[in-house]
Amino acid sequence: MSDISETLVKQVSSAFKQSTPLKIIAGGSKAFIGREAQGEPLNVSEHKGIVSYHPSELVMTARCGTSMTEIQQTLAENGQYCPFESALFDGAATLGGTLATNLSGPARPWNGSIRDAVIGTRLINGKGEYLKFGGQVMKNVAGYDVSRLQAGALGTLGVITEISFKVLPLPAASGTVVLAMNASEAIKLMNQVSAKAVPVSGSAWLDGNLYLRYSGATKAVDSALKQFKTKNFQQLEPQQADEFWSAMNEQKLDFFKGEAPLWRFSLKSNATHLLDDQNWLIDWGGAQRWLRGDFNQSELEQQAQHSGGQVSLFRYGERSNEVNHTLSEVQKKIHKNLKASFDPKQILNPGRLYSWL
Amino acid sequence: MNQNTKISKVQLAEAIVQIVGAQNLIIDEETQKPYECDGLSVYCEMPLLVVLPDNKEQVQAVMVLCHQQGVPVVARGTGTGLCAGAMPDKDGIILSLAKLSRILEIDPEARTARLEPGVRNLAISEAASEFGLYYAPDPSSQIACTIGGNVAENSGGVHCLKYGLTVHNILALEVITVTGEVLQVGGSGLDNAGYDLMALMIGSEGLLGVVTEISVKLLPQPEKAQVVMAAFDDVQKAGNAVTAVISEGIIPAGLEMMDSHAIVAAEDFAKAGYPTEAKALLLCEVDGSLEEVQEHIQSVEKLFFEQGAFSCKKSGSEAERAQLWKGRKSAFPAVGRISPDYYCMDGTIPRSQLAHVLLEIDKMSDAYGLRVANVFHAGDGNLHPLILFDANVPGELEKTEEFGAKILELSVDVGGCITGEHGVGKEKIRQMHKQFNDTELTQFHAIKYAFDPLALLNPGKGIPELKRCQEYRSIDSAAE
Ligand SMILES: Cc1cc2nc3c(=O)[nH]c(=O)nc-3n(C[C@H](O)[C@H](O)[C@H](O)COP(=O)(O)OP(=O)(O)OC[C@H]3O[C@@H](n4cnc5c(N)ncnc54)[C@H](O)[C@@H]3O)c2cc1C
Repeated sequence: MSDISETLVKQVSSAFKQSTPLKIIAGGSKAFIGREAQGEPLNVSEHKGIVSYHPSELVMTARCGTSMTEIQQTLAENGQYCPFESALFDGAATLGGTLATNLSGPARPWNGSIRDAVIGTRLINGKGEYLKFGGQVMKNVAGYDVSRLQAGALGTLGVITEISFKVLPLPAASGTVVLAMNASEAIKLMNQVSAKAVPVSGSAWLDGNLYLRYSGATKAVDSALKQFKTKNFQQLEPQQADEFWSAMNEQKLDFFKGEAPLWRFSLKSNATHLLDDQNWLIDWGGAQRWLRGDFNQSELEQQAQHSGGQVSLFRYGERSNEVNHTLSEVQKKIHKNLKASFDPKQILNPGRLYSWL
Repeated sequence: MNQNTKISKVQLAEAIVQIVGAQNLIIDEETQKPYECDGLSVYCEMPLLVVLPDNKEQVQAVMVLCHQQGVPVVARGTGTGLCAGAMPDKDGIILSLAKLSRILEIDPEARTARLEPGVRNLAISEAASEFGLYYAPDPSSQIACTIGGNVAENSGGVHCLKYGLTVHNILALEVITVTGEVLQVGGSGLDNAGYDLMALMIGSEGLLGVVTEISVKLLPQPEKAQVVMAAFDDVQKAGNAVTAVISEGIIPAGLEMMDSHAIVAAEDFAKAGYPTEAKALLLCEVDGSLEEVQEHIQSVEKLFFEQGAFSCKKSGSEAERAQLWKGRKSAFPAVGRISPDYYCMDGTIPRSQLAHVLLEIDKMSDAYGLRVANVFHAGDGNLHPLILFDANVPGELEKTEEFGAKILELSVDVGGCITGEHGVGKEKIRQMHKQFNDTELTQFHAIKYAFDPLALLNPGKGIPELKRCQEYRSIDSAAE
C-alpha cells in the first residue's frame, strides 16, 4: 500500500522539461504487447494498493500498480469479481497495465471489457499535469470520457495512476460443455447460442471442439446445460472447466506455446472462417480469432478487412515494424492530434502503439 | 457574426440550396421557430439557417462548405435533449439529421443493426423484435429521440443498470469531421486497434463531429421479465432498500424510485395503480430465464418487506408489467400537468448517499419554497429531481436555477457528478467548474482542438471557455 504519485508527477514533469522519452513499466507482464519502444524506464509498480472498496456500491478504486490477483482475491472475499476476467499472468498483471492494454477474458462479448467497466481515472499527462476524470458513479457524462480513452492506448496518452471500476456479484453457478465440430459449424452455433436469452459466458473453439460456458443463477445454468442432453456432448467437471478457461485466458494452452507469430483477429462474430488449413483458436463467440504462423501482414489485413474487421500481430514476430492494424489517413490524423493534446512532446511510450505515434 | 464567418446569410443559403435543394432548407423565422430550443426551453436562440439533408453525402458537402466559410454547425436529432445541447448558435446553422432515418441493415445472426442517425430509439427495437432481439438502452423519450442524439449524449434508460449505457451498446460509428472528411470509429469486432475514439465520440454532444451512421448491438429478448412495485411510508427506507437489493447480489434490469409528488402526478396521468398514499415507490424489474426470474423476484419482494415496505405488488402478466412502467415512463409529462413549469436535474451520486441527498433536497425545497418531485434511476444513483416552478412569476426561474445548481454541487460533494445522462450542453456549463479544475478543463479543450481547431462544432456548449485555453490556442496557431 503506497502512494508515490508525487514522485511520478515530478518524474514526468522533468522528462517533459528535458524532452526525455519515457517507457512506462509496472508488472512487466505484457511487455510483449505493442511495438518495441525505447525510453527511460518509469516504474509505476510501487504505486499500489486498493484505495476504496464498498461492496454495496459495486465499485472499487485502486492504484495502477495493484496486482490483479490481489484485486480478484479481495473481490472474491466479498462474493464479487471483475466481470472482464482479465489475465493474471502469474500474479504479475497490474490494474494499470490491464486498462492500458484493454485485455479481457472469455466473457468479453457478454460482460464487456475493462474499458466498459472503468468509470474514473487519475492520470499524469505528458506535461506532468495530474488530472482526474470521472469518479465512482456508474453514470457520468460531464466532459469527454477520458477514462475509457485510456483503454488500449498503451500508456501513450498518460500515466494512469488510479482507476475506479465497476464490479459484479459472482455468478451463483457455472457449467461448461464441450461439443465436437469443425470451425465453421462452431461459428454458426456460437452465434445461435448468443442469440438466445441464456446466460452464456464463454464460447471458444479449438482443435475440433466447441467449448460453451454458462454462468448465472443456478436454475438458469442448469436449464441452459439441459438443452444439450440430446446432443453428443461432454460436460466438464468444474475444476477441469476452470482450468481450460484460465489456460486459454492466460495463454498457456499448447496453442500458445512456441515463438511463431501470434495474430489476433477482431471480426464480426459470424464472419466466415478464414484459412481453413491453418492453426486457429476462436474465442468471444466468434468475435476474436487467434492464428499462429508466418504470414504476410498486409495480406492478413486485407482478409480481415474483407470480413469487416482487423488483425494485429499480438505477440512474437517482427516487432520493430507496425504490429497494429493500419489506420486510415483520417484516423491517423486524429490520433496524432489527440496524442499532441495529451503529450505534446511525445514522451510517453512513444512508438509503442504505432511508429508514428 | 462569428469571428470566423466569411459569408452572409443570403450567400450561405444560396450555397446550401445547391447541396440540399430548397425543400431541405428553412430560411424564414416562423418555420425556424420550432428549432430555437431543445427539450429545455428556457434556453432559446434563433439560428441563421436550418438545414435538413437527405443523405450523408449532403451532410458531408454542407460540412465542407461551413468549414470553408467559418460557419458554426449545431447538429440536431429530434431536439428532446434536456441540456440545451441542440440549442442553435445565432451565427450558425442547425444541421438536422432527422431525415436520415433509415434502418440500413439488421443482421439477426450477429445481432447487430446498422442505422442512420435519425432513426428513433424505439424504432430499433420494433424492427428487431421479429428476430427476438432488441436494443437495450431505453431513455424515457425513446418514442421520439434519435439514436444519433443518444450517441451524442450517451443516453441511459431504466434498463441501463443491467445492460449498460449507450457507450456499452455501440459497435461502430461513421463520423463526418468538421472538415467534411469521413472518420470510421470502431468496427464490427469488439476491440479495435488504436485509440478508443468511440469512448470519446459517445457523449461528446456534437462537439467533435457529426455522426452519420451507427452500428448497435442487439440483445436477445429475455424469456421473462417481471416487476415488483414496493410502497414505503418513508423515503429513507426506500433508499436503503435500493442498497439492500444490490448488496444481495441481484442486478435488476431496472430499479427506479419515485417520491410522493411524482407518485400522485403519475397515477393521475397514467392510472398505473400506484398507491398515492406512499411517500416513496420502488419499481424493480428482474429479467432472464423463467427460473431465474422466479428465484430473484421472491428474494426482492422479501427484501423490500424486510426494509419496511408497507405493500408490494408483482406484475402477473405482460400487460400488468407495461401498466406499472407506464406511470414511471410518463412521469415527466405527468409532473408537467401539476405545475406550470418544471426543471429537471440530472446529478448522479453513490447509492449509499441516496437517503442523505434526498433529505437535503427536501430541506432546500422548504428553504426555496419550491416543490420538488423526484423520479429517478435509483439503481445507478442517477437522480432526476424535478423542481416545480412558474416561469411567469418574476424571479422564480432564477430561484429555480440557483436551487438546481445547489443540488448539482451537493451531488459532486458526496462523490457524484453533475450529469448522469442528460449532458452539459449550455445548461450545466458553469457547474463544470465544480467537477473539474482548470487544468482538466484545459485538457478537454485540447481534445476538442484535436478534432475541431476552429471550434465550429456546437460552440459554447459542453466545456466552459477559460482564459488559459484561448492562450493555448493562440500559442498553437502561432506555431503553425
Ligand atoms: C420526456 C423526456 C424524457 C427523457 N428521458 C431520458 C432518459 O431516460 N435518459 C436519457 O438519457 N435522456 C432522456 N431524455 C433526454 C433526451 O431524450 C436524450 O438526451 C436524447 O438522446 C436526445 O436525442 P435527440 O435526438 O432528441 O437529440 P437532440 O436533443 O436533438 O440533440 C442532443 C445533442 O446531440 C447532438 N446531436 C444530435 N444528433 C447528432 C448527430 N447525428 N451527430 C452529432 N451530434 C448530434 C446535438 O448537437 C445535441 O448536443 C429525456 C428527454 C425528455 C424530453
